[in-house]
Formats: sequence, C-alpha cells, structure tokens
Amino acid sequence: MFAYIVRRLLATIPVMGVVAIFVFSLLYLTPGDPAVIIAGDFATVDDVARIRAKLGLDQPFHIRFGDWLWAVLHGDLGISIFTNLPVARLIGQRVEPTVALTLFTLIIAVIFAVPMGVLAAWKAGQWLDRAVMAFAVIGFSVPIFVLAYLLIFGLSIGLELLPVQGYVSITEGFWPFLERLILPSIALGVTYMALIARITRASMLDVLSQDYIRTAQAKGMAANQVLIGHALKNAAVPIVTIIGIGIALLISGVVVTETVFAIPGIGRLTVDAILRRDYPIIQGVILMFSAVYVLINLLVDLSYTLLDPRIRY
Amino acid sequence: MRQLLHSALKVGAVVAAIAGLMPADAAAQGKTLKFVPQADLRVLDPIWTTGYITRNHGYMVYDTLLAIDADYNVKPQMAEKWTISDDKLTYTFTLRDGLKFHDGQPVRAADCIASIQRWGKRDTFGQTLMASVAAMEPIDDKNFKIVLKKPFALLLDALAKPSSNVPFIMPERHAKTDAFEQIKEVIGSGPFKFVPNEWVPGNKVVYVKNTDYVPRKEPPSWASGGKVAKVDRVEWIYLPDAATASAALAAGEVDWWEAPPADLLPVLARSKDIKVENIDPLGSVGIVRFNHLQPPFNNPKMRQALLYVVDQHDYLLAIAGSEKNGKACMSFFTCGTPMASDVGAEVMKGPRSMDKAKQLIKEAGYNGEKIVILSATDQPIVHSQGLLTADLLRQLGLNVELAASDWGTLLNRRASKEPVDKGGWSIFHTWWVGTDLANPAVNAPARGNGANGWFGWSTDEKLEALRNQWFEAPDVESQRKIAEEMQKRSWEVVPFVPTAQFILPTAFRTNISGVIIAPVAFLWNVEKK
Repeated sequence: MFAYIVRRLLATIPVMGVVAIFVFSLLYLTPGDPAVIIAGDFATVDDVARIRAKLGLDQPFHIRFGDWLWAVLHGDLGISIFTNLPVARLIGQRVEPTVALTLFTLIIAVIFAVPMGVLAAWKAGQWLDRAVMAFAVIGFSVPIFVLAYLLIFGLSIGLELLPVQGYVSITEGFWPFLERLILPSIALGVTYMALIARITRASMLDVLSQDYIRTAQAKGMAANQVLIGHALKNAAVPIVTIIGIGIALLISGVVVTETVFAIPGIGRLTVDAILRRDYPIIQGVILMFSAVYVLINLLVDLSYTLLDPRIRY
Repeated sequence: MRQLLHSALKVGAVVAAIAGLMPADAAAQGKTLKFVPQADLRVLDPIWTTGYITRNHGYMVYDTLLAIDADYNVKPQMAEKWTISDDKLTYTFTLRDGLKFHDGQPVRAADCIASIQRWGKRDTFGQTLMASVAAMEPIDDKNFKIVLKKPFALLLDALAKPSSNVPFIMPERHAKTDAFEQIKEVIGSGPFKFVPNEWVPGNKVVYVKNTDYVPRKEPPSWASGGKVAKVDRVEWIYLPDAATASAALAAGEVDWWEAPPADLLPVLARSKDIKVENIDPLGSVGIVRFNHLQPPFNNPKMRQALLYVVDQHDYLLAIAGSEKNGKACMSFFTCGTPMASDVGAEVMKGPRSMDKAKQLIKEAGYNGEKIVILSATDQPIVHSQGLLTADLLRQLGLNVELAASDWGTLLNRRASKEPVDKGGWSIFHTWWVGTDLANPAVNAPARGNGANGWFGWSTDEKLEALRNQWFEAPDVESQRKIAEEMQKRSWEVVPFVPTAQFILPTAFRTNISGVIIAPVAFLWNVEKK
C-alpha cells in the first residue's frame, strides 16, 4: 500500500511536467498580449513595445519557458504581470474561499443527495422515486447562474434573509462566514446533487437486486439495516468515484458561482487572468489545479480499499 | 413564513454569537464607504498605465501640483502659488505648508521634479511639454523652477491635466523608477492611504483616511479645492456581475455603484433608497476608428462615406439606452469644452444619405475588399457600436466581417499594421472620457502623426502643423480659431468619426451626500449618514 502511494505520488511528476509544457505552449500560441492591455487605450505602438521588452515578452519561447520552469522548480511561481504581486500570494489569497465553497457544497450535496438516491432506489417506480428523478433532471438542466439569480432575488432581495454577495473569512466569525456560503453552495451544489442522487439510485438498484439482499430481507432484517448496512456499503464504490469526478465539475462551476456571488476565489482569479493574459497566474493556477486533481484521484482510489476489502494495491 | 425564516436564521446567529464566533464589531459600518468601481484595480501605478481605474486610484492616494476646476481654470493644489518670468521661460512653484507623504516624510521640491519627469516620459501632453523644457531645478525644499527652451503657454494646463496620465506627485525614490516599470509601493500624499495588506485583486481595495492631510480651504471643484475625507475608510468592492451589483446596492450591502449599465438604470431608479444621477458633466465620446494604413480606409473618400450614414442618435440609443443619457456631438473636440465647435458639421447633420455614401465609395474605387471590424463582446459600448457600423456598411454593399472577441484580444489585434488577410483590421470602436478629447493637446485620435501615433495611424501633415500652432497660440481665442481649422481639416481627412457623447449615470444610496460633479468619481467630500 505504502509503495503504491509513493508510486502514485511519483507518477504525478511527469503528469505535472506534461501539464507545464502544454499550458506554456498553449499560452504562447494563444493570441493576446498583456503589454497592450497594460499600456491602455492611449498607448502608441512604441509604448507597447517598450513594455513588452521590460516584461520579457519579446524573448523567444525556449528562453521564456526555461526561465519559468527554472523558477517553478525553485518554488517560485513568478510575479503577476499586472498586479506586481507574487502569484503564490495571489493564489494563497484565493484558496480559502474556493476550498470553503467547494467543501460546503460537497457536504450539502452528499448529505442530501445520497439519502435521496437511496430512497429513490428503495421506492423505485413510486412517487418518491419520480420526485427525486424530477429533481435530478431539473438540477441538471438549470444553469448555475439562473439558479443563483433566483436565489438572490427570492432569499436576499425578497425575504432579506441572506447577503447578496461577498465572502467573509471564518476567522472573522462563523455566522458571517456561513451566511455568505449558503446561497452559492446551493446554486453550485444542485447539479452535483442531481448527479450523485442519480448514480446512488442506479448503484443501489443494482445492489438491491442481488441475492444477499433478498437473503437479508428473508431473515427479517429491518429495512434501514438492509439499505444502509448491506446495500449502501456495497454500492459505495461508484458513488465515491462520482463524488471524486464531481469535484472537477465543482471546479468548473465555481467560476460562474464566484462571479455571480462576488466570491474572491480561484475560479475568478483564473478567468480574470485569462481575459487579461496574465500568464504567470494562468500557469500557476493550472499547475495547482492539475496537482489537486491528481491527488483527488489518488484519494478516491485509496478509499476503495476501505469500502471494498477485495480491492488491494 | 418570512418571519419564521428570519427567526430561524437569527437564532442561528445568536447561537453563533454565544459561542463567540460572531465578529465583535459591525459598528464601524457607518464610517465605511462601500464603493463599486467601474473596473477591477489591477495596476497601482497611474503613470505606468492609462487605465481609468488606475487613474481613479491615483486620485485617492496621490495629490497633484495643480488642478483644473469646473470652469477649466488652472488652480493651485499642492502648490501654494507660482510665478512666471517676464520672458515666459521660467516658472517658479512654491509648495504649500503641511504637505506630507503617507510615510510621514514631507513633500519636497525634488519629489515634484522627479514625478513630473517620469510623467513626461509616458504622457503625450507631458512629452510635448518636456520637449520644451531646458531644466527643472529645486531652489530649496519648498520651491522649484522649470526653465523652458521656448515659451510653452500650456505648461500650467499640462501639469493640471485631469485625466490619464495625471501628473501625480510621488516620493522621489518612487518617481525615479523607470517609466516603463511599475512602482513597487504606494505612498502618496493624498486624502486617503492605500492599505496594501487588504488589497485582493479582483475583489477589494481598501483605503483609510489620511489624518495628516491638510486640505485646501476652497470648496471642491473637479480635482481642485479642498479634498476633505469625510469617511474613515473606503472599500472598493469589485462586482463583475451587473445583476449582483444591482442586488447588492438594493440590499444596502454597497453604498455606491459607479457605472451601472444603461439597461439596469430604470430598475435602480424605481427604488426609493437609490439615487440615479448624472455626475459627469462631459461624459464620454464614442468613436469609429479606421485603419488609415490599409485599404480600403486608407482612402479618405471611404472614410468620408461614413459621415453621411452615421446617425448619432442610433449610436446613442445603442450605447446609453436612452437619448436622455447623452447628446449628439458633431465635433472632434468634446462638446461642452472650450475647443468644441460645429464648424463643418453639416455633413453629419440632417437626413442620412446612403446615395451620397455610395457615390463616395464608388469614387474611392472600392472593389469588394474585405473590411474587418474588430469588436469586443465583453465591452457593451464597443460591441453595440460595432454591430451598428457593420450593419451600415452592409447596407452600403460593402464586404464586412465582424470579428468579435474579448477586449484583450481586440487590443492586441488592433496593434497589427498588416492587411486584413494577415491578421490586420479595418475598423474598431472605442470611447474616450470627455476630458481626453477636449483639446488638441490630449486628443490622440485627432492627430495626424501616422505610424508613430495612436492605433489607426492617421497621417496628415496639415493636422500636425495646426496642432503645433495651437500649442503656441497666445490665448484661448486664438486656440479656438486653430481648433476650428483642425476641425475643418478633420472633416476632409476623417481621422475618426464621433458617434455620440453619452453620460452613463451613477447610482448611490440616499444616505450618501456630497458627491462632486466631475468627470471622475472623486470620493473626498462624500458623506455617509
């Protein structure tokens, strides 16, 4: 097991290397020049050229890539072209809101979606199942921003229950922190809930048709024991897999959610950096995302051994 | 139901408070002005970039030697006074007492000289001025002189320039930074101090009142007069989504939204807690800019053709949503400023004439060459103009491609001087704040300095010669006459087409007062009840 973990961690190194080359090449080939954005509307071509030279953007690909790679290998993600702040600091500022939003969404989604999926499978074909599936279809279909605006309109403007926007760090108080996460988490989590609920239902239906479930029922075991103790545990592997994959969904979803609710997270940092061609930030954020993604996959794989004793690494 | 939900949430809040998790203080709220700026502040150096958001940041933290008031008169600001020698070659400035930078150091003559020098390397007006400067020397810490090679009648106007780049005064050690590199620290002497630790780019900028600032006694007028900070703290909260900003203003989470889009203004105006007001006396001017280096718009007849079909009322509606939010302005210099006139403007007035335009296109020998109009879908003012112009040109039978992209891509592509089949372009649209097109000194698109000039590279020796004469004009009346000559010439060579002068109102909560009527949203003098 330990050897497996070490092997997987070492395997992330070439993955990150490929990501680094790919990201750098893509940005190099993408049209756009931060110097013209910096120089602004009044600048002349000469002004832009001088800014490009000062930023080193006039250097050839291999020199720029070499400099960047050397710095990254020394733990330096570089300096933002625009803000003049270290990329590590900018990412550091943005990690907490995104992690808080993602975790809160994950918790809400799992707490609601897994029981919904279990109940839908248990009452397959009945109104409860149809209601859960209807929710799942709607959850998949409604865009995040539409749901976000509806929530703002209803709960913030109409009922004045929760703030419209913003993020407050947990260090400034738990309730201000929590109240600003409720609406974004619901908006972001509904699609995720729908996905988990559907997969849970399908997986549970598969398990509930197995002989050992019938045997447990024939022995007179209580329904909740059958569902949770026997069926859910055996249906867990695909559910955990989809929770892991779903984190990728969340990462893409946070971009919209963070924009609508003005949460200063990684998603907005990424989009803003792309729009203004702030290359060091884009490179740093994508490297970080790819590392997170590799680690999540590793954690999901490791969790299989806990859920299914037949799986060994 | 609403009461019940409220109660449930309040119970949660009380429980959290008992558990010691609530913030101890919300009392300082009344002293904090929460302002939603027009854009995200990413660059802190107002000399390094011309971005308006950075200019506005500059006005928060820096002060200027001189400033223009609402009547376009140059007023002393950091300067107590100035004298001009009889031969008009030496200007001597005296700084007023009590000027201090935010690090506690006094403002010295050397700081002013270094700041003017750095500004003069980047700003077009500054560059013109510096070409006439022989020397700038401190006399002592409070006095310095500028010695000219030849008289430059607009020296004071240059140092009082209200829009980008503004000649802000920085400490000498910062002003010595290469003008093409960003300064690394924000230390000004203005009415607010920047709080670097609380700056989250893309989200929030925080300023606190500079308690050491000594405001002038005169009432505020544009950037001149007393800059009295009447709140303890200002938070710029960048809300990229207009619907969210609107909801936040309605809910009272923010106090002032600088630039709401035109389509949301009626919604905001319906709220009894929100005032929607025009505070910018000049507004902005939209323009159609041609690529003068490449066919077909390297031919003046092709450019003239647009003058006969552009209807400024259509553009105004497209940009500002209502004719109440602007006016037609058939002048190459911002209407409402001293150099504006309607000389020669008949060509843009009256019924539009497709036939006349088609005739000019025929005379130009247009042969179906592709016309690429650059447009930015993330900039409504740019995109709405682009759509209108594309439609007009298609009605004229031209071969038009609307190249829609984001603003960053447009800025990049417009730098290309290549033909359209090699990534070049034919037309783009933008807008300038009124002060930036107000006279020949600052109006970059009205110049004729060709490949060294602003994007589009209009080339006309006569325009340049007139501009040089304008700098040497002895008085405003003479300047006006030259500006009229420039305008007459501009109708012939058409460096750009003005599309409309629009004013996008601002929206603030009714508990806000003291908002200064000016082309920039100045935050001094603003009170929050």
